[in-house]
Amino acid sequence: MLIQILNSVQYGLLLFLVASGLTLIFGIMGVINLAHGSFYMIGAYMAFALAESLGSLWLALPVGIVLAAALGLIIEWLLISRLYRRDHLHQVLLTFGLILVFEELRSIALGDDVHSVPIPALLSASLPLTDTLSYPVYRLFISGVCIALAAAMYWTLQKTRLGARIRAAASNPEMAQSLGLDIRWIHALVFATGVALAALAGMIAAPVSSVFPGMGNQVLIVCFVIVVIGGIGSLRGALVAALLIGFCDTFGKVLFPEFAGIAVYLLMAGVLLFRPAGLFGRA
Amino acid sequence: MNEVLLRANDLSRRFGGLVAVDGVSLALARGEIHAVIGPNGAGKSTLVNLLSGELAASSGTIHLREIDVTRWSADRIARGGVARTFQHTNVFPAFSAFENCRLAAQAHAGGVPGLWRNAHRYPAWSAAALAALAATALAARAEVAASTLSHGEQRALEIAMALAGAPSVLLLDEPLAGMGPEDVAGVVGLVRGLRERHAILLIEHDMDAVFALADRLTVMANGRVIASGTAQAIRENAEVQEVYLGAAGELAS
Amino acid sequence: MSTRRRIVLLGGALVLLALFPLLAEKFYLQLVTRIMVLSIFTLSLDLLVGYTGMVSLGHAAYFGIAAYVLALVAPADVGANVWLTLPVALLASALAALVIGSLVVRTAGVYFIMVTLAFAQMIYYFFHDTRVAGGSDGIYVNVRPQTFIPGIDLGDDLHFYYVALMLMVGVFALLATLLRSPFGRALQGIKANERRMRSLGFATLRYKLAAFVIAGTLAGLAGYLAAAREGYVNPEMLAWHQSGTVLMMLILGGMGTLVGAVLGTFAYVLLQEVFSDITRHWQLLMGTFIIVAVLVFPQGLAGLAQQWRRRRARLEDASGE
Repeated sequence: MLIQILNSVQYGLLLFLVASGLTLIFGIMGVINLAHGSFYMIGAYMAFALAESLGSLWLALPVGIVLAAALGLIIEWLLISRLYRRDHLHQVLLTFGLILVFEELRSIALGDDVHSVPIPALLSASLPLTDTLSYPVYRLFISGVCIALAAAMYWTLQKTRLGARIRAAASNPEMAQSLGLDIRWIHALVFATGVALAALAGMIAAPVSSVFPGMGNQVLIVCFVIVVIGGIGSLRGALVAALLIGFCDTFGKVLFPEFAGIAVYLLMAGVLLFRPAGLFGRA
Repeated sequence: MNEVLLRANDLSRRFGGLVAVDGVSLALARGEIHAVIGPNGAGKSTLVNLLSGELAASSGTIHLREIDVTRWSADRIARGGVARTFQHTNVFPAFSAFENCRLAAQAHAGGVPGLWRNAHRYPAWSAAALAALAATALAARAEVAASTLSHGEQRALEIAMALAGAPSVLLLDEPLAGMGPEDVAGVVGLVRGLRERHAILLIEHDMDAVFALADRLTVMANGRVIASGTAQAIRENAEVQEVYLGAAGELAS
Repeated sequence: MSTRRRIVLLGGALVLLALFPLLAEKFYLQLVTRIMVLSIFTLSLDLLVGYTGMVSLGHAAYFGIAAYVLALVAPADVGANVWLTLPVALLASALAALVIGSLVVRTAGVYFIMVTLAFAQMIYYFFHDTRVAGGSDGIYVNVRPQTFIPGIDLGDDLHFYYVALMLMVGVFALLATLLRSPFGRALQGIKANERRMRSLGFATLRYKLAAFVIAGTLAGLAGYLAAAREGYVNPEMLAWHQSGTVLMMLILGGMGTLVGAVLGTFAYVLLQEVFSDITRHWQLLMGTFIIVAVLVFPQGLAGLAQQWRRRRARLEDASGE
């Protein structure tokens, strides 16, 4: 039971890491990005490829983050920047096209096989909890990283000048611009950060969840559910929703394995009935 | 005493800590033009949104004749015979002026909407639309796309759309906004002509027009009513003069 | 374009399609049949997205549900009765659209996109993860449904072609009529300015729900035909990939016009064939094409035609002076 709870929390926190990028990108830039799941997948495959060539996951992480951020900047500059004034339909389509492109590029570069990534030796032990149970240190590491990043995000957005600028750009872009804020730069930064977060999540998740072609799409849908339940643009909502879903999914798999996949959507349907704008969303 | 069609009692609306409308009561009677004036931010537009059902009241009641419509949605109140115009022109830009009004007339059809017959072959709606356009001097522009109408014509179209539904109550939110002097005269004449059969709420900043039209006046500031009565009485009210009329430097006696 | 000219063009296209089987070999016959069935799917989405402004990313759910109903009720060795199975399949899609629609219609914009996607995924997982309908392996429809009308044998590809053509034309005409009706005009008003429609007195939620159900039912018709034609049904028919693809077909042709929906379907499938011939990784080309299309001609083919006509008109004006 304790194991399941810890697993739920870890899964939820990981989902939060990915979903936070999605909700920030939408909340601050007004762009719905279907390709967000692809960045998670790219992160995982990068972990696999880099860990093999560089020898360890530790080296792969910083390299991967930098690559992901760079990718994010390029994509934002080339494509996303043209979507700000466009309606959601075109955003959906363009990012849908991006998914296809990423899938095939990955297929060409790294194939379609399922891979596993070894847990780094330092973290491969298990922490004893009780006489009979122990819990993998690596999973605690994942949770720790997510909590640290969540705290960093909160602190940046609420307590720093950069964060204030970002929030200003989100609530009133024209005003912020006329006050001298460089919106373009802020958008690029937010997008690149969102991409890096998703990729990082993919990288640290790789050792426990294996690396397979459909992982990007799978996580994307869950992220959408998180954002709907939590409310668009709300980090707090994303965290609460992600944890809820972590529990729902983990316990669902244990209690009703065949229908576990559906449990999450029933939860979403329930939330929508009473709160069409999500738990913390602004209608 | 004229028949009171729409009555608000102690109406309030809060947005978090901000009280936009605070305990406002007023009555709209058939054959009367009731103007609401006040500085920007006084809560006038919020009041219109409350009366039209677009916003839900935080407290207080609204009655349409004898029925409590406080919890009614905007479309239900509109079907009940309350029509409004918008401060910022809110027509259907791609549709013709005729189609704009025809839709307004169709809204009051009731029952299940037809699925087969061409909507332009419903004579009642077409007639209502054309009559509304004629009343607002837009008959010649019926087939023109609303987006290509001049600003003054678009403001007139707003009123035509309100009329096409044969309402008993009209809520006019700054109908003269951004209009040139000739257009203003036309709209003032139009509204005056509507007085007899409708109960009219008029929000306006143009004081000349207000005093030319209003039978009753309510003055709002900071969400509250600070004075209410006949137009003449308000004009002579010292407090009102100080808060609004005097400060704005408008209107001599 | 004048109505007369439009009717002539449409009539010409119809004649072309009617005569096509006489010239074409089997592969192309089947290809165009497939395109026409998909066109019904795209037309149904057009009602929702192009005319009511509800961008659904989960429309494949109703396509797939009807397909699965046929696969589940079809006997193993003889054709199902189309007069019994088609209404049941349509009813299933309609009911699903009604239930999901009532939950999602209150949301708008991005929320709407996301929840339609999520609910479609739920249905996808239901068919994929459970053994109710063969799981990820899918089910076969061994024999095509029977019409019991002498002379119309759906098992014959030629007959199927003409039935599909008639149904596509029928759906087209149905939607054209619907859109000119009071109901249809109201939908277009909702797309243009929903707030204004409410303040005029329209109960917009009911209209949107009705549009959602009608679109879902027509998608079911396409799904039933697709299952009958392919002889095989699997969860990928419900996947959001499918929902995204049909949306792409709509945009490619130009949403907001009925002809655009059909044009877009033809263009997309033909492009897919061309790209597949070039490389196994055809999705890379398709994805790039989609990106370019969104950036360069967002109004779709129908929009391009419009732009071209306007430019010609302007040139004629200029030279006339």
